[in-house]
Amino acid sequence: MKFGVVRFPGSCDDVDALQAALRVGDAVMLWHAERGLHGVDAVIVPGGFSYGDYLRAGAIARFAPVMEAVSEFAREGGLVLGICNGFQVLCEAGMLPGALLPNPSLRFVFRQVSLEVVHADSPFTRACEPGQRLSIPVKHTAGRFYAPDDQLDALEASGQVLLRYTPGHNPNGSLREIAGVCNEERNVFGLMPHPEHAVDPLGGSVDGLRVFESMRAHADDRVLA
Amino acid sequence: MRARVLVRPKAGILDPQGQAVERALPALGFAGVRNVHVGRLIELDVEDPERLPEMCERLLSNPLIEDYEIVT
Repeated sequence: MKFGVVRFPGSCDDVDALQAALRVGDAVMLWHAERGLHGVDAVIVPGGFSYGDYLRAGAIARFAPVMEAVSEFAREGGLVLGICNGFQVLCEAGMLPGALLPNPSLRFVFRQVSLEVVHADSPFTRACEPGQRLSIPVKHTAGRFYAPDDQLDALEASGQVLLRYTPGHNPNGSLREIAGVCNEERNVFGLMPHPEHAVDPLGGSVDGLRVFESMRAHADDRVLA
Repeated sequence: MRARVLVRPKAGILDPQGQAVERALPALGFAGVRNVHVGRLIELDVEDPERLPEMCERLLSNPLIEDYEIVT
């Protein structure tokens, strides 16, 4: 399985995402100005400050040439994972519901948080048990997940909320403690916490690996099918 | 044509910047200030002002969380 990690000017977690992906498969970088995806089986839009986060986080990056290819890849059912700034980009691009608002504290938060796996029946969480707790760090200034109430109801009803902050761990005032959501087709997923920073015991937790292992398992199944 | 686009947080959406400013003003002795909201001002020269609403909806604002107002 080959992962592709998008690199925008201002990305800063691209190398960690690449290294995390390399633990479960092959991985290459995808430059923002390219239109091709080099035959990858999954795309990761990593964290950072794409295009300086000018205007709004993710607002400019969604118009990068590579994003057109990523959007088409997703329409065809390809797996797309957006982490932190990548989540913001996918929301701005309309590939995921909702928006990420500034933290109510107006401060950058950087801490280890505890997450609950709400649904383990997705390509991004299938290596987890439902209800399992994951310890993964967050680090962002605009991570408050927002969607109108009726849309939040619909997201919960259709099982699109895959990860929640556990009680007392919501670092940014996200509505309904939402840490990660997927699209209706369940092949595009975004989360504010950084699974790529929790893949080595040296970092204090390897729980982030579950996300990459899930994607690997999904890709393996598709090859067999 | 010179145009200005004002972008504001939608009503009902938590505006921590506005709240911070609202709390700071009384600390400086400015009493009686309420409903402070902080948004963005975008100034631009545009050849075809009829395209401004589309620009606002596709890039200059995020319609899910922000309202915009075009001043020409």
